[in-house]
Amino acid sequence: MPFKAQDKALLEAIRYAGPDLRLMEICGSHTAAISKNGIRSLLGPNIHMISGPGCPVCVTVTAYIDKLIELSENKDTVILSFGDLLRVPGSNGSLQTAKARGADIRMVYSPIECVKLAQANPEMKFIFAAIGFETTAPVYAALIESALEAGLNNIRLLTSLKTMPGAVNYLLEKKSNIQGFIAPGHVCAVNGTHIFEELSRKYSVPFVAAGFSAEQVLMAIAALIRLNGQPKVLNLYGEAVTRQGNEKAVYAVHRYFEEGEAVWRGIGEIEASGLYLREEYSDFDAGSRGLIQDNSPDSCKCGEVIVGEIDSSDCPLFGTVCTPNNPIGACMVSEEGACFNRYLE
Amino acid sequence: MKGFSQMEKPKIITMSHGSGGADSRSLIGEVFERAFSNPVLSQMEDAALLNGFSKLAFTTDSFVVQPLIFKGGDIGRLAVCGTVNDLLTRGARPRYLTAAFILEEGLDISVLKLIVDSMAETAREAGVDIVTGDTKVIENKGIGGIIINTAGIGEIPGGIDISSKNIAEQDACILTGTLGDHHACLLSKRMDIESEIASDAAPLVEIVERLIDSGIEIHAMRDVTRGGLGTVLNEMLDTANGTRYSMGKEQDMLDLVIEQDSLPISQATSDFCGLLGLDPIYMGNEGKMAIFVPDSKAEEALYLIRGAKYGENAQVIGHTVPSKGHSARVCMRTSIGGLRTIRPLAGEGLPRIC
Repeated sequence: MPFKAQDKALLEAIRYAGPDLRLMEICGSHTAAISKNGIRSLLGPNIHMISGPGCPVCVTVTAYIDKLIELSENKDTVILSFGDLLRVPGSNGSLQTAKARGADIRMVYSPIECVKLAQANPEMKFIFAAIGFETTAPVYAALIESALEAGLNNIRLLTSLKTMPGAVNYLLEKKSNIQGFIAPGHVCAVNGTHIFEELSRKYSVPFVAAGFSAEQVLMAIAALIRLNGQPKVLNLYGEAVTRQGNEKAVYAVHRYFEEGEAVWRGIGEIEASGLYLREEYSDFDAGSRGLIQDNSPDSCKCGEVIVGEIDSSDCPLFGTVCTPNNPIGACMVSEEGACFNRYLE
Repeated sequence: MKGFSQMEKPKIITMSHGSGGADSRSLIGEVFERAFSNPVLSQMEDAALLNGFSKLAFTTDSFVVQPLIFKGGDIGRLAVCGTVNDLLTRGARPRYLTAAFILEEGLDISVLKLIVDSMAETAREAGVDIVTGDTKVIENKGIGGIIINTAGIGEIPGGIDISSKNIAEQDACILTGTLGDHHACLLSKRMDIESEIASDAAPLVEIVERLIDSGIEIHAMRDVTRGGLGTVLNEMLDTANGTRYSMGKEQDMLDLVIEQDSLPISQATSDFCGLLGLDPIYMGNEGKMAIFVPDSKAEEALYLIRGAKYGENAQVIGHTVPSKGHSARVCMRTSIGGLRTIRPLAGEGLPRIC
């Protein structure tokens, strides 16, 4: 890819030399894009990019992992999970270690695979480890819809679904002193940029929705520098994102899920920041409510990292005891995790 | 009407094929001997007698893959290419392979024949003979039908010393073709995603032969398989720097800087990786070498590689330089000019979920 003239202008813009500027990329995919493209090495020394709470694995509490392991001990049960979750430590081991001990835990790439498996094996119960944010929720809604259409009664979801505006509100309320956000591109594609408008006004802080290419991330950082704290919501990701979002997807989510309080790993309870199956679909629920216990080791500082209180490198475990091969905290497990990506840089 | 014996003939693998009796014998005759036939194998003794030669390279590898057959190859082609390419990395001319099969009862014999025929064809292409083998049958436990192990012997021409310890300052690193195709092909098939991506499984004999026959001084060479380029380059650099350290040259460590814009990646694989959030630098290949040669020889080497079968997309992807930091590293100059450390793969290199 040859350099384009506007890229050079962008690179110039992000070599900002003004007063300290603390910006947060909320979404884990942006965290990964920043590290993969070596973007931090191009920024002016006074720009501090903070990796936010938008990595689904990183904010899933230990009680959830423990519950999945407990469910996997039933003989007729198969746990289906996305890969990253397998290595996340629970209070006593991970799904990966439960699998090695003989539990039937399978990695899948899409929840829809669950339908095929459930049809082919009616004597087995399939529990999908349904973690994620607004972006993944429509896929789980589609899964329930498919299960209902096919008349399948051997599919369950153990949900740990979280929503962004509540978490961002929490960060800003805590006076984390973040002066601008790269808004999560996928979340905005589903829910629209309008979900950040009230927060922008209330806390007088800019949000810039961006895609995941190097150029998009550079543009978002340059835009946040230019906005210099003005409370605006900009959309640079017009190919996927609108102000209103994908109303069909939002409708499907609300049909099956309702909002509720959620516990975020390392952070704690945040009001109206979770999604739970509605009462009328509780037959699909494998016991998702009340999973609030979070037994992350005290020495793990993931919770402080993802709200911007400390940098990954300030955690005493970072890079020494806690590495991608021996993760102590969830942020070191996920490919989108704050610590994993800082370690890679 | 078919004769009685023909009707009775099992068309799937049964436990009796592993009995060591008549069914075992007929399986060997009808499937393996038929395909691999050569004078050494046809001795049909417990061990093959080989014609002697001087310095040998010897390696073994086992192959477990699902699906068994995929676009651009199958487990049989992989089993030959994997071992042949491992021998090539030391500059050996691959000569003889062994092939051991663990078959699961219920395996369709027509599938087995297809795989074995593909092994035979790939062995012919690579110029190796499959000279001894073994078959075991196990109960159906859902292991996917077939596991193959191959071991191989290759002959190293005089004066050849290829090893990661020989990597030197100002070496050019050449990658012989596009990254990630095998991994993307298998993933797309497993995930039921329509895609044109074919596996790159290939024996790279001609590429290595051309370099050696032209007297190019190859410092080091590795087959870029599991763990991908990122992991392989780290292992190579670790060996090089470890050797330097043990020789008391700790002031003399090397970094490897690769250029993102030089990495050959096909559009289809690039799109596929973009879709799933995968990094081609950590994806497995089955027909790609990373080759270190002195920079002064890079252009000639590249020309020779590009003229060989499976080498048309080769690129110089980076160079070794004196290490700047306290710990030597592999790093990448990204398309936008950023610098990123390339660490060995941690975890499994999985698709992102949102």
